[in-house]
Amino acid sequence: MILWIILIPLIGAALNGLVFASGFWKKYLRGSEHTEKTVVSIVGCGVVLISALISSALFFKLLSMEPPRREIIQNLFEWIPSGSFTVSFELLLDTLSCVMALIITWVGFLIHVYSVGYMHHEKAYAKYFTYLNIFIFFMLTLVLGNSFPLMFVGWEGVGLASFLLIGFWYEKPENADAGRKAFIVNRIGDFGFILGIFLIFFVFDSVNYQEVFGRASDPAFMSAVPATVITVIALLLFVGAVGKSAQIPLYVWLPDAMAGPTPVSALIHAATMVTAGAYMIARCSVIYSQSPAAQMIVVTVAALTSFLAATIAITQNDIKKVLAYSTISQLGYMFMAIGVGAYTAGLFHLVTHAFFKALLFLGSGSVIHALSGEQDIRHMGGLRKFIPTTAITFFIGTLAIAGVPFFSGFFSKDGILGSVYERGYSIHWMIGLVTVILTALYMGRLYLLTFEGKSRVADKIRSHIHESPLTMTIPLMVLAFLAVVGGYMGVPEFIGELAGIHESNLFDKFVSSSITMDSFVPAGHHLLSHTTLLIFSIAAAAVGIAGACYLFYFRPSLPEKIASNKTIVPLYRGSLRKWYVDELYDYVFVQPFRYLSEQASKFDLRFIDGAVNGVAAVMKDMALTLQAAQSGLLRSYATLMGIGAFAILVFIIIWQSL
Amino acid sequence: MESLLSGNLSLVIFFPLLGIPLIVFLSYIYKGSEREMKIAALAVSLINFVLSIPLFTSFAGGVPGMQFETKIPWIANLGVSYHVGLDGISLFLVLLTTFMMPITILSSWHAIHKGMREFLILMLLLETALIGTFAALDMILFLVFWEAVLIPMYFIIGIWGTERRIYAAVKFFLYSAFGSALMLIAILYLFFEHIKQFGAPSMDVLDFYKLTLPFYGILSPQGLLFLAFFLAFAIKVPLFPFHTWLPDAHVEAPTAGSVILAGVLLKMGTYGFVRFLLPFFPQATEKYLPILIAIAIIGIIYGAVVAFAQKDLKKLVAYSSVSHLGMVMLGIFVLNLQGVEGGIYQMINHGLSTGALFLIVGMIYERRHTKKIADFGGVAKVMPVFAAFFMLATLSSIGLPLLNGFVGEFLILLGAFEFNYVYAALGATGIILGAVYMLTAYQKVMFGPLDKQENKVLHDINLREILVLLPIAVMMFVMGIYPKPFLSRMEPSVEALLETKFPNTAVVRKLGDERPPEDRSYPESPE
Repeated sequence: MILWIILIPLIGAALNGLVFASGFWKKYLRGSEHTEKTVVSIVGCGVVLISALISSALFFKLLSMEPPRREIIQNLFEWIPSGSFTVSFELLLDTLSCVMALIITWVGFLIHVYSVGYMHHEKAYAKYFTYLNIFIFFMLTLVLGNSFPLMFVGWEGVGLASFLLIGFWYEKPENADAGRKAFIVNRIGDFGFILGIFLIFFVFDSVNYQEVFGRASDPAFMSAVPATVITVIALLLFVGAVGKSAQIPLYVWLPDAMAGPTPVSALIHAATMVTAGAYMIARCSVIYSQSPAAQMIVVTVAALTSFLAATIAITQNDIKKVLAYSTISQLGYMFMAIGVGAYTAGLFHLVTHAFFKALLFLGSGSVIHALSGEQDIRHMGGLRKFIPTTAITFFIGTLAIAGVPFFSGFFSKDGILGSVYERGYSIHWMIGLVTVILTALYMGRLYLLTFEGKSRVADKIRSHIHESPLTMTIPLMVLAFLAVVGGYMGVPEFIGELAGIHESNLFDKFVSSSITMDSFVPAGHHLLSHTTLLIFSIAAAAVGIAGACYLFYFRPSLPEKIASNKTIVPLYRGSLRKWYVDELYDYVFVQPFRYLSEQASKFDLRFIDGAVNGVAAVMKDMALTLQAAQSGLLRSYATLMGIGAFAILVFIIIWQSL
Repeated sequence: MESLLSGNLSLVIFFPLLGIPLIVFLSYIYKGSEREMKIAALAVSLINFVLSIPLFTSFAGGVPGMQFETKIPWIANLGVSYHVGLDGISLFLVLLTTFMMPITILSSWHAIHKGMREFLILMLLLETALIGTFAALDMILFLVFWEAVLIPMYFIIGIWGTERRIYAAVKFFLYSAFGSALMLIAILYLFFEHIKQFGAPSMDVLDFYKLTLPFYGILSPQGLLFLAFFLAFAIKVPLFPFHTWLPDAHVEAPTAGSVILAGVLLKMGTYGFVRFLLPFFPQATEKYLPILIAIAIIGIIYGAVVAFAQKDLKKLVAYSSVSHLGMVMLGIFVLNLQGVEGGIYQMINHGLSTGALFLIVGMIYERRHTKKIADFGGVAKVMPVFAAFFMLATLSSIGLPLLNGFVGEFLILLGAFEFNYVYAALGATGIILGAVYMLTAYQKVMFGPLDKQENKVLHDINLREILVLLPIAVMMFVMGIYPKPFLSRMEPSVEALLETKFPNTAVVRKLGDERPPEDRSYPESPE
């Protein structure tokens, strides 16, 4: 049964790819373009819907099972057997992978439907849906595989889909560049991941989840394993996560990835693929929980990423770039929770983020669609009147991400900040809190500059502004609904207690049966009480929103003044230019590699091949010299023979007398 | 008939030669057209492929020794015999040859503008020589086939190549022949050593396995013999720093030559290491393992770095071969099941992926008469089907999971990790660098604006060209998704090699062979 979840999207991809994207339909069957688009849309969306329905059915099946053993395993065939190493094509549906599958298929389905409208005019329509279905296939393989190599299959596969879709409009070199950058940066992460798999096999003699985690939670087994080795495993896997989930230092590919079509940004670069790293660490909770050193590194990288990305988001002018940096920042939140061992809190943010960030991206797509491709918020403004549905849903998304009470982001973010503080990472908590202010500020800025105030849209475009078709707005509405109510699935216990609800966190209860949590008991004696924590984060969001309103609504001329202030200028420019990290990488890695490559190529030609040809040349010279001896003159032959015979004679005499 | 269905190795070796009188007949007596000759050659190679399938299907699993063996005395008083046979190591190389040959002939349908008859004859000759090389179990027979490969290849490069073809052909021939000459001397030494040790002359490979050769440094008999064999194979592979003939040969060779050269011929070297060097000289191999592994790793990184700088598409693929074959050698030298199996698997993978890449470069060369990367750009727009195949070959080459390359690279690096994690880490940089140069090249050729007039009129690949690429594409998926039938046939032979020849160094852990947790040597840790 689980197999069909992943197989059906693949069948969809094969159908759309081989029949339509290949040109077979148009060229050989002489089919019409209209039929093609209809069939492609139905197949493309339909297969994801079927997957979503199967996932849902299996979700209810899991619910009907007894809590500790909520898992279904399906073994298909032995994949790579070699000596003591073996790995099977085996799928695992437990509460963790089930949640992931539900998000991937349902949010994925909505985005597929949205794409029908968004990509309507696209010539390579069939190719687009083929790629999208391939992505769903690999993403589901990633979460449903029951071993590290199978996760790696999905891991690299989504990287491929991402590469193809970022560079979808490959005629523009910068789009193709962005796709390649994404693939290569991810490969650097995969380098760590694959070494991590090797080390896991070396230590645990298996790569299958049950066996590895079984042994890892067996104290007798672990007593022979040095703690450093566990830390190294955790960190190698984290290198993979850093690449895929765009954390420092490998986050640089994600902003560029916005070159792809906007639904792709929503699906791959916000809701699903980039959260794979968080999934991976949650999956390996047994390992991470045994390595405080690795946890410290994860949470620190996460907090810094979250903060750094927010400082960049605040000055960006491209609507999608703001959302991209916001995604990086929000991923940082997820990793903070996961790093401190609050896996379910992190995963819950993963879920709510999938709702509101997909919503925001699709909303931005709707804006771009309405403005015939304009992405610069300096040329927007006042759009609420023209595209009200988009504006309202975008507004809801903004409130959700900003952490306004009773929206989903509020619950998930407070769950994270609460657990980070409770577990004693107060500095990280403070960074997180500052980031909340920044988040509210940049999202408020984005919303206000886009939808409110005076219109700055070019006259030529203004006459064409139109609300998007239903295929696009319905997904927006559904996601907006989820962005509001999604939070109530997992109200953190401490908020629940304040409201007098017992066992409020249903999400935690469901997912935690697949996760080995830290043996953490809330100490209870912290400087700040739960209520104070809550007040702090509400206040942070309020400050950010108020700031945004003041700066970008009531005093719209003020931001420019601030930015041109002498002391602020370097900061402003730094933020605008993304703290020059791309330039730094170019200078430190890319250019030296190019130089090295050129030099090595010259070295190869001059020295290595030169040596080979040199030997040949010496031979030739020798031949030419000796050629003189072959004069054809009998006299000289006789002389040489005489000298030779004499020499041999002398040699023999000396030899004998010795 | 029964022997046909159960596999007849000698028939597979010599069947291609039947095509030669057929082509001669068609040409001189029947006065047929070139087309008929091409069809005849294609049919012969296709039938030979069909004949080779039973070798795979009726290959007995779990048997480490030789199968489909034939041994007939040839020069009896010198102990030379016609001895052929296959084990899990050579089986797939024979199949790779019979699989690639019809594809290559089909790919040259319009690419050969002169001397089609001679070209086809040489290709069939080449097929026999290649299969013979992989099947021979007598040193003299091996040497005959080994040298016989050089001749048709020399002519294929030298006659049907591009401008500097003569230079490339001579370089290829002399470099290879230099290695073989050293090997010949070493073989003669082994022959006399066999008489000394066993009192009877023999040239049989399996007899040579039983020799004991004193080893105490590079100037000892085993050391020198090792060096001679090493040079012969290292040049053939080619290993860094003996690789410079390869880019020249590839750049000048016609597509068919490049495909066979990269796809099959280079495997003679890697195969030679496994079949001869390792079992003949185990002590020397053990002793020089660090150097051998270092050469392999340098090859991986160096080949990739140099590939990135190439402006000529064929040269880029040629240097990528240097990198990939370094990977193969790394797997072989780490002397454990995963490494060696991965190495052999990767030989086949490289044959498929690099073969496909050369076919692809050939197709675009036939259209544009240039291989310079800078002359292209945006080609995906006008050649979408071609773009898809090119992408697939690229992905196979850079080891994307579910395609063949991943299985090989994964096993090699896993084996390397078990041997020494530093080697694995260094080798794994190859997976990053591979993506760097291959995707960059792909992007420059296929993506970007379609701004050159000559590229705008390119037509997509036709049915014949699809038929050329499709079988390889299918095999890439098959070997990536279900490698078990391949690996399980290799395993017993690899296991036997490691266990009998390297009882001290090799780590052979079979399935279910788990170690107690304290039985692992971790590198220094503070605890």
